[in-house]
Amino acid sequence: MRTRIRRAKAAQTAAMVLTGLAAAFIVAAALYLLAIIVMRGLPGVSWEFLTQPPRGQMKEGGIFPVIVGTLALTGLTAAVSLPVGIAAGIYLSEYATRGRVTRIVRLAISNMAGVPSIVYGLFGLALFVNLMGFGKSILAGGLTLACLTLPVIITATEEALRQIPSDLRQASLALGATRWRTIYRVVLPAAAPGIVTGSILGLSRAVGETAPILFTAVAYYKRQLPTSLLSDVMALPYHIYIMATQVTGRPDEIVWGTALVLVAGVTLVSVAAAGWRSLQRRKVRW
Amino acid sequence: MARSSTTRRRIGRPVSSRAADGAVRKLITANGLVAILILAAIFLFLAFNSQRALQEVGILTMLTGREWYPTIGVPRFGFLPLMAGSMVVTLTALVMSVPVSIAAAVFVSEFATRRVKEISKSIIEFMAAVPSVVYGFVGLAVVVPWVKEVFQLSSGLSALSAAVVLAFMIAPTIVSIAEDALHAVPNELRQGSLALGNTRWQTTYKVVLPSASSGVLAGVMLGMGRAIGETMAVLMLTGNAAILPSSVFDSVRTITGTIAAEMGNVVQGGLHQSVLFNLGLVLFTITFIINLVADLVLEKQRKRWRR
Repeated sequence: MRTRIRRAKAAQTAAMVLTGLAAAFIVAAALYLLAIIVMRGLPGVSWEFLTQPPRGQMKEGGIFPVIVGTLALTGLTAAVSLPVGIAAGIYLSEYATRGRVTRIVRLAISNMAGVPSIVYGLFGLALFVNLMGFGKSILAGGLTLACLTLPVIITATEEALRQIPSDLRQASLALGATRWRTIYRVVLPAAAPGIVTGSILGLSRAVGETAPILFTAVAYYKRQLPTSLLSDVMALPYHIYIMATQVTGRPDEIVWGTALVLVAGVTLVSVAAAGWRSLQRRKVRW
Repeated sequence: MARSSTTRRRIGRPVSSRAADGAVRKLITANGLVAILILAAIFLFLAFNSQRALQEVGILTMLTGREWYPTIGVPRFGFLPLMAGSMVVTLTALVMSVPVSIAAAVFVSEFATRRVKEISKSIIEFMAAVPSVVYGFVGLAVVVPWVKEVFQLSSGLSALSAAVVLAFMIAPTIVSIAEDALHAVPNELRQGSLALGNTRWQTTYKVVLPSASSGVLAGVMLGMGRAIGETMAVLMLTGNAAILPSSVFDSVRTITGTIAAEMGNVVQGGLHQSVLFNLGLVLFTITFIINLVADLVLEKQRKRWRR
């Protein structure tokens, strides 16, 4: 009996140590990734790097048009995916009844989230670039990225709306407000922090995607800034890819610097959004 | 007089806002169905653009062909080397990632204090937010030379290098879904087991893990779906030789890598392009099935504890 207890306790200690090591290993890998990007990237980043176009077959100069291209793509992605995604989230949380259609919609949304990004790229090439005739452009790339971002925004919106207690809705309805008025004036404002944060997280993922814009938006090298939605652009993730694999004799620090700009942009915005949400949460208590 | 005007307003307002209510409802419902629409459109557009390949080469020839030479005089469009490449990379990544990720999820869910839990979760979230092209570049700088040296290879660009990097990339997915599944197990079960004299570890592997097994499995499947669909890191690290691999040290070319590398150089409307669309259709079908099964498993698991 006593040996059994001792053995069980020893097994428990061993299990805790082993699983703890596994968790520590993954956390350490993440920290290593962060450290190497920051440490190798920082020497490459300067004011000039951020505000000058590439020069000398991209082996010198900065990444200004690349940043602008990524911002333009992200802006269009947001403009398309936010209204549609938020509306779809409202539908699921406020209008949808429990039934087969809703179930299929939910399955479709989570399945969409798992569709490989290169498949979105093929879809965008077939529909936006070729059939609709947008060519390689901000418009085609932004629409493609919007499709990819939708499931995240829908899910975030639905979750944020679900957090709002039904007392609020009922009180508004009891005062004679219609369903939409209740959603628009009561539920949406209360859920806004959650929706905004979730959407920013979704959009920040789109910023880093390369495969969907490979055939739909990006240019290898383009000194001029985009002039219309139909211009093709340079973009941060694609720039990293071509600099890392196709430009021979380039200084490493340009690639690391670009990677740092991309990762810092993505994570700082996400962290800021998450921080803002928890601030808002502390303010409002149900 | 004053009375009648308020009455009129009272009657007037609900009618117009009720009409608006109905219109908004229709608009929002239409948006709600957008996910189904897009999924269907993806399938249709891939299928439509694959037509030429299906007619001129044939699906069986492609799926069973052992050679991928798309640009020679009489091109060969065999998918087998590419599917084998995707398989080798994905399975190797899973073998490395799954045990460590599940163990980490167990620790975070069952043993860690609240503070450790929150910190490790947000660090793992950072890992999920890093773009795949950055993983690819860091892999080129760190993993490829390491693999080359440790295994004495002529080139570190191999299935193994890509798998190592992929293992890290899919870890956040597996950890967070498995952790959710473990966390969803009701505390009464744990308390019941502890009350019977089990240690926490005995409780974990005899009660909690079996109860959460389907959710953990779904996490592994979603990680697998992510690994098969991952493009940029794999494209940068495998070396992209389209031959049937004999070991993980070989250079391989995956389905995703092939599409990404070749689609930019094909003739618009040509056979090669159509074949690449068909390859995309194959990839879409594989991941669609994996995701669907994982979702159904997760749904079942969720229903189990909803009372």
